[in-house]
Amino acid sequence: MLKIFSALAAGVIFGVGLALSQMVNPNKVINFLDITGEWDPSLIFVLGGAVLTTTIAYRFIFSRSKPVFADDFQLPTLLQIDRQLFIGAVLFGVGWGVIGYCPGPAVASLGFGLEEPLIVVISMLAGMLFYRAIVRR
Amino acid sequence: MENFTPYLSLAGGVLIGISASILMYLNGRIAGISGIVAGAFNAPAFAEKAWRLAFVVGLVLGGAIYMHFFPITIAPRESISTGLLVSGGLVIGVGTAMGSGCTSGHGICGVSRFSLRSIVATATFLLSGIITVYVFKQITGG
Repeated sequence: MLKIFSALAAGVIFGVGLALSQMVNPNKVINFLDITGEWDPSLIFVLGGAVLTTTIAYRFIFSRSKPVFADDFQLPTLLQIDRQLFIGAVLFGVGWGVIGYCPGPAVASLGFGLEEPLIVVISMLAGMLFYRAIVRR
Repeated sequence: MENFTPYLSLAGGVLIGISASILMYLNGRIAGISGIVAGAFNAPAFAEKAWRLAFVVGLVLGGAIYMHFFPITIAPRESISTGLLVSGGLVIGVGTAMGSGCTSGHGICGVSRFSLRSIVATATFLLSGIITVYVFKQITGG
């Protein structure tokens, strides 16, 4: 139960962060990626602020033997830079560049009463489940 | 440089970092949205689905709470059709599942752990996004 509450709290903070940083505005995201146009470098500050905070916090967190509510830290075990990682990242970048939403902001805007994020989240989910279904066979 | 918002963006970024740190400190988990969303549907055990679902609900709530107090104007777009949104969403879904992460999991959590895989993925999707916007602009004449 504690794990569920902490996840809920982390989700709320994440959502507020995405809205405060204006990442939920796809026009702003596209202006960030549009380096040859009217470039808006704001997203560098979002990523920079998040990475800086997390890097510092992780140093302290990983010096503990285990997390507070769980038995161990579950970190990715894959280490190899393979074709899947590269092609996957290329595809993700293409989708991101075309529609201006990545998964976090799309989900965080679901409560805005807009049609776009809903369409994006449903198709994104379909894409994820489709890929899993193919790979698992 | 229109609408440049360094302070708001930095503050939002710090909050996102705090969230990622809380999830690791308390639950020992990476705050990767694409993985959490997928896992909320196809994680094997109920407990595994439950915390992910709670995070997703929180994400929606957090966005809605902010929007309620400080409304953000998101200009409607005419250049994006429903078909394009669906295709974009599908490609993002397949891409993040194949590449095991998105902006949050690779770009924030992975880079903060100095994971080489995540650094490569982040550089790749940023470059791919930049090229896509450039090409898309040439096509649509925007």
